[in-house]
Amino acid sequence: MSEMIREDGRKFNELRPIKIEAGVLERADGSAYLEVGGNKILVAVYGPRESYIRRLLEPNTGVIRCRYNMAPFSVDDRKRPGPDRRSSEISKITADALRPALMLENYPRSMVDVYIEVIEAEGGTRCAGITAASVALVDAGVPMKDIVVGCAAGKVNDEVVLDLSEVEDKEGQADVPIAIMPRTGEITLLQSDGDLTEEEFQKAIDLAMEGCMQVSELQKEALMKKYSTE
Amino acid sequence: MDIVPEITRESIASLISNDKREDGRALDEYRDISIETDVISKAEGSARVKLGGTQVIVGVKPQLGSPFPDTPDLGVLMTNCEMLPMADPNFEPGPPSEDSIELARVVDRGIRESELVELDKLCVEEGKHVWMLFIDLHIIDNCGNLFDAAELAVMAALKSTKLPTATIVDDEVVIDEENTFELPINNDVAMCTFVKIGDKMVLDPTLSEERVASARLNVGVTREGRICAMQKGGQQPLTKDDIFAAVNTAISKTKELIEYL
Amino acid sequence: MIYVEDKNLVIPGQILADEEYYPGRGTFKEDGKVCSSLIGLVSLRNKKIRVIPLKSKYVPKKGDVVIGKINDVRFSMWDVNINSPYSGILPAFEVFGRDKKELSKVYDVGDVLFLRVIDVDEVKKAKLGLKGRGLGKFKGGIIVDISPTKVPRLIGKKGSMINMIKNKTNCKIVVGQNGLVWVKGDEDMEQLTREIIHTIEAEAHTSGLTNKIKNKLCLAIDGELPVEETEEEFVLEKPKLQNFKEELEQEEREKAEAEAQDEEEVEAEVEEETEAEAEVQEEAGEDGEAEEAEAEEKEDAEDKPNFYDVIKELKKKSQSKKDKNISYSDNSNNNSFILNNR
Repeated sequence: MSEMIREDGRKFNELRPIKIEAGVLERADGSAYLEVGGNKILVAVYGPRESYIRRLLEPNTGVIRCRYNMAPFSVDDRKRPGPDRRSSEISKITADALRPALMLENYPRSMVDVYIEVIEAEGGTRCAGITAASVALVDAGVPMKDIVVGCAAGKVNDEVVLDLSEVEDKEGQADVPIAIMPRTGEITLLQSDGDLTEEEFQKAIDLAMEGCMQVSELQKEALMKKYSTE
Repeated sequence: MDIVPEITRESIASLISNDKREDGRALDEYRDISIETDVISKAEGSARVKLGGTQVIVGVKPQLGSPFPDTPDLGVLMTNCEMLPMADPNFEPGPPSEDSIELARVVDRGIRESELVELDKLCVEEGKHVWMLFIDLHIIDNCGNLFDAAELAVMAALKSTKLPTATIVDDEVVIDEENTFELPINNDVAMCTFVKIGDKMVLDPTLSEERVASARLNVGVTREGRICAMQKGGQQPLTKDDIFAAVNTAISKTKELIEYL
Repeated sequence: MIYVEDKNLVIPGQILADEEYYPGRGTFKEDGKVCSSLIGLVSLRNKKIRVIPLKSKYVPKKGDVVIGKINDVRFSMWDVNINSPYSGILPAFEVFGRDKKELSKVYDVGDVLFLRVIDVDEVKKAKLGLKGRGLGKFKGGIIVDISPTKVPRLIGKKGSMINMIKNKTNCKIVVGQNGLVWVKGDEDMEQLTREIIHTIEAEAHTSGLTNKIKNKLCLAIDGELPVEETEEEFVLEKPKLQNFKEELEQEEREKAEAEAQDEEEVEAEVEEETEAEAEVQEEAGEDGEAEEAEAEEKEDAEDKPNFYDVIKELKKKSQSKKDKNISYSDNSNNNSFILNNR
């Protein structure tokens, strides 16, 4: 393991600075704000609530629906408002990443809506979105088995590193975003994009899981800070 | 849609008729206002405004484009608004609703008609290249009176906007990101929104006041106290006296708002 | 082995105890451990662990009394919004029996009713009824909306909190188990009561709340703090139904008056009253006293120019308690993380 220093001065296993806050919006049932590096993410949760889209509902449990959206001003070149293929895919895998933790059996035929707004993007928004969404779900009082947390590892300059920045993501060789339920270590999201050997892949997963455990502590702190009386 | 309970309708109307409000404000008093600028590094201009519980974020992004044929030497302003489903349980995902488009256009009217952005200074090469400013309004929390919050946010974001310098070298546009200039702005504008409840005009309505109101009036006023944009909304009519009184209040209240900028 | 104490704040997934403990509401058992499924406070009784949620949506339960809003009038029933993921229905039969009447002439869209959940079907749709004393349509007053999990706190031990508010403000207060509260009284008192209720909601998990609220009420109404008294303790258990006596009788009186003109309806109502269930707790001797106090307090309140200032201050406090600030990192300083809001 080399002691190489990265483009932004981080060690291979070092996260960007993170800040998480729970309960930041007035109208939403639950909400959270997260900054990691230059990312700024806002999440609102509504539900469980009635939904008029009957075909999405299930008779024996509640369902979750996510909408990941990037603000037009969140990136260097203005993004056209509205969904595109990338955001649709991220919306879907985010819902899949969160679903295993939800305990919605007591809310049949109801819907939980999770709205993830990327206010500013700097690499790793999908993991940041999942991390913030979990905090917002807890804030909304939605019952869960665990607080899902996301983090990515990747390969830059032939080196496996944690939490790729925007520059590293663009110039790097691979990006492996994951999400886990930290209590059991079960993986609820996995994507891999780029070129990795089996050994590098295993290393990336281990590193990303370590990152998740660190972020998980910050999620808990944010919730405790919001609701503890002292 | 959410139906407003009849007793809520009655209680709000009764309070207003006695010149009182649910939150203890006077009929012509604003909720707490806070404005932060430069909140988004990647936007050339940005602001976040809180008006009571209402929250709006605005980002300004420039793009080089062609001018309109009838104004070959003027830059272009484009105002767009997203009423995000996160902001209100009744906002739906999808393309901008009528309400969202109305909001964007009314806010835009205040900026455009007061001619506060010196569009001639956004011209890079006449007839060919001008700066187009995309003003994107993000509504993130709706607790009533989006109009005034949005106008303040757009104004604050424009005043914080810095554009890269663009020059023509050998018929090509060269953009220098290092050398920026402040967006030239020569005026201020603010908007006052009233709703009519009973026979009273109420400034800075909360969500519940909006929902029981019979009509709405937006008044945009410049620093010099000149009216630059108006819009009447809602299902019921207004009288001439309602409107004149509101305009009079708006002219004094916008001065207070402009002090926040 | 247990890892938490009674009244600890816990979060979803947190391990509370090993398997010799029983998982109650708000918890689940996995791999021999009892874990929390919610953000809430631990309630420990012998070997049984529960987590009392800080927030949650109302799920209808048979026997509950709820406040509902008529959302739609259909052929043989009313659609009722009961502040829940599940809507309620009030069948015409529950109101008219076998008589045929035009539904919207009795209860129309936008009316607010006090109802009982008669039954809940397998998809949680609630069948509602009006048989019971005090159930029916509200006239006047305001609706205050709180988290259903804070209802026990608002009522207090044996109704201590709610009765204190009623006595001090002279408002009639009806609390639905679905988190909607109806308040009726002097216009200013209604607004004060709303702020007081929101303060209780925001500070529900703090101790010494009853005294704090009493001080605020006295400050707003009498302009001075009350004489010191002993502290009431926070109870997590769900109390029985609150004392509705005053409201109920008033409601019934009003109802009867209204119906005297409306020939047919009278029958139905009288029937209801005679069938009235005696579930509602009563506290004798309160009414008379309360009325006398009312007169005095009203006069007092009118003399206080700072009344709305107190409301404003309360509003600010519960606002800052909610702490709805996002603090953005500064643009000029890319990786700094400023916590400017605490």
